[in-house]
Amino acid sequence: MTTAAPPAAAHLRDSLTMLRRNLLHARRYPSMTLQVALIPVFLLLLFVYVFGSALGTGIGQGGDRTAYLSYLVPGMLLMTAGVGAVPTAVAVCMDRTEGIVARFRTMAISRASILVGHVVGSVIQTVFTLVLLITVAFAIGFRPDASPLEWLAACGLLVLFVFALTWLSVALGLISRTPEGASNAPMPISFLLPFVSSTFVPVGSMPSWIRWFAEYQPFTTIVETVRGLLTGTGIGDNAWMALAWCVGIAFLGFVWSLRLFDRESR
Amino acid sequence: MNPAPPAIEATGLSKAYGDKVVLDGIDLRVPRGTVFSLLGPNGAGKTTTVQILSTLVRADGGTARVAGHDLAAAPQSVRAAIGVTGQFSAVDNLITGEENMALMADLHHLARSEGRRVTADLLERFDLTGAARKPASTYSGGMRRRLDIAMTLVGSPEVIFLDEPTTGLDPRSRHTMWQIIRDLVADGVTVLLTTQYLEEADQLADRIAVLSGGRIVAEGTADELKRLVPGGHVRLRFLDPAELARAAELLDVGVRDDEALTLQVPGDGSVHTLRALLDVLDGARVAVDSLTIHTPDLDDVFFAVTDRPEREKVRSR
Repeated sequence: MTTAAPPAAAHLRDSLTMLRRNLLHARRYPSMTLQVALIPVFLLLLFVYVFGSALGTGIGQGGDRTAYLSYLVPGMLLMTAGVGAVPTAVAVCMDRTEGIVARFRTMAISRASILVGHVVGSVIQTVFTLVLLITVAFAIGFRPDASPLEWLAACGLLVLFVFALTWLSVALGLISRTPEGASNAPMPISFLLPFVSSTFVPVGSMPSWIRWFAEYQPFTTIVETVRGLLTGTGIGDNAWMALAWCVGIAFLGFVWSLRLFDRESR
Repeated sequence: MNPAPPAIEATGLSKAYGDKVVLDGIDLRVPRGTVFSLLGPNGAGKTTTVQILSTLVRADGGTARVAGHDLAAAPQSVRAAIGVTGQFSAVDNLITGEENMALMADLHHLARSEGRRVTADLLERFDLTGAARKPASTYSGGMRRRLDIAMTLVGSPEVIFLDEPTTGLDPRSRHTMWQIIRDLVADGVTVLLTTQYLEEADQLADRIAVLSGGRIVAEGTADELKRLVPGGHVRLRFLDPAELARAAELLDVGVRDDEALTLQVPGDGSVHTLRALLDVLDGARVAVDSLTIHTPDLDDVFFAVTDRPEREKVRSR
C-alpha cells in the first residue's frame, strides 16, 4: 500500500517526482526560461556598452567602461535572481488554475512535495541563468580578483537569495487569480527594487529621502556584499543585513505559501 | 473480519461559503460495488459534496466515512483508497499522456517496471496508445476525460468519484464514457457519479439521490423515483402562440413552453383522460396540432421533487 512508506522517504520521493515534473515543463517549454535568462544579459550589455562610459565616470575613482562592468555585474546577478521570480509565480498559478493541484490533493502523497518541487526546480533554473550571466560577463571582460573562498561565499549568498525569493514568488503565484496576474505580481521585486538600489549607481548619488530607503533595502545590502566579495569593495554591516534579509524573506515566503496552500479551496 | 462497511457513509454534511448555504445536511449511504448518482441542477451542491468526500474541502458539520476511514480523522487513508475525476480534477496539459501516466505511477510509488506495465495497459484500455506521446493539450475533450480516468485508475482505487464525467462531451464520447463506468463497476469498484443528465443516472446508477438547494429531496432506485410521480403527461403541440395561450388559460395546469409551442399536461394517457382533455379543448375550439403521450421518466420526478413552480401543479392533479 502506498501509505506503508516511511514519511521522510515518501516526502523525498514525491518531491523528486514533482521536481522531475517541473524540469520537464521547463524543457518542453523553454521560451519562458530563455526569455528570463536573456533579459538580464540584454540589460548588462545595454548598461555596459550604451551607458557604461558615462556611468563609469559617475561611480568615481576615475572609472571607465571596464570599471563600470566590474561595478555592475554583482548587481546584475541579483537582478537575474529577481527576474527569475516571474516564471515561478506563473508556474504555481497555472498549476492551480488548471486544477492539477486539486488532483494531487486528493492523492495520498506528501503535500509539501508539490511546493518543494516548484521551489527546487525554480532554484535550479535561476542558478542556470546566473551561470549564463557570469559567462557573458567574463566574455566581455569581467575580471574579479576574488579568492575561491570569496567566490564560494558570494555564490552561497546568491543561492540563498534565490531560494528566499522563490518561496516568496510561490506565495505570489498562490494568491494570483490568473497566470497573467502572477506574471505581474513579482514586478516590484524584479524591476523596481533593483533600480532603487546600488545595482546601477551608488546610493550616495541619490537624494537623501530615496537614499535612506535604498541603503537598507535587501537588494543594496546583498549587492554590496556580493560586490565586496568579488571585487574587494567595502562590505561593512551589509553582510549581516544581507543574511538577515535572505532568512527573513525565505521565512516569510515559506510561511505565507504554506498558509495559502493549506487554505481550503474557494 | 467485520462485515464490509459501506463504501461511503455520510451523516448531516453541511457547508456554507459566507452567507450562502451550499449543503444543508446531506445523508448518504453507498454500498460497496454499486453506482450511486447525485442528480441535480448547477448549484445544487453536487460538486461540493464530492469535494468534501474526496478530502478537498472540509465540511462545516456532519461526519463521513469513505472506504471505512473517517474523513476528518484519517484523510490520508481516505486518499489512498479513492480516485477523483471531474470538473475540478485535471490532467497536466503541458506534458504527454504517457508522461501524465508515469507521473501518477511515480506518485503511487510503483516500481519502474510495474509503472510502465500499468501505464501501457491503461493507455491501451482507454484507446490512447496512439496519442500517448502527444501533449495532453492537443487532446479532444473525450480523450482528455479518458486520460483523466486512466490516471485515476493507476492507484487501483476502491471508490471513484466522477464529477459530471460526460458534461461537454459529444454523444459518441458520452456512450464510451458510460461503457467505461459500467466496466469499472464490473471490476468491483464503487462509483459516486454526479450528473445533470437524468438519462445518465437512469442508465448507470443503482441508486439515485436528487439534490436541490443543498438538500436531498428524493432518493431511491430509478424505478422507485418514477413511482413518486403517478401517471405521466400528455404533450400538446400548437401551430399558433395564440392557441397555446388559450389552451394554457383553459386548462390552467401543466408546463408551458412558448418557444416550442407546447403544453405539458399531467395525465396518465388513458383513453378516458385523453377524451376528457380533448373535449375541453374542442369545446373552446382550440386547434391542437399534435399530441404525444409520455409515461413518467426521471425528468418528471425531477420537476416534481425539486423546488419549481410547476411542482404545485403536478401535485394538484
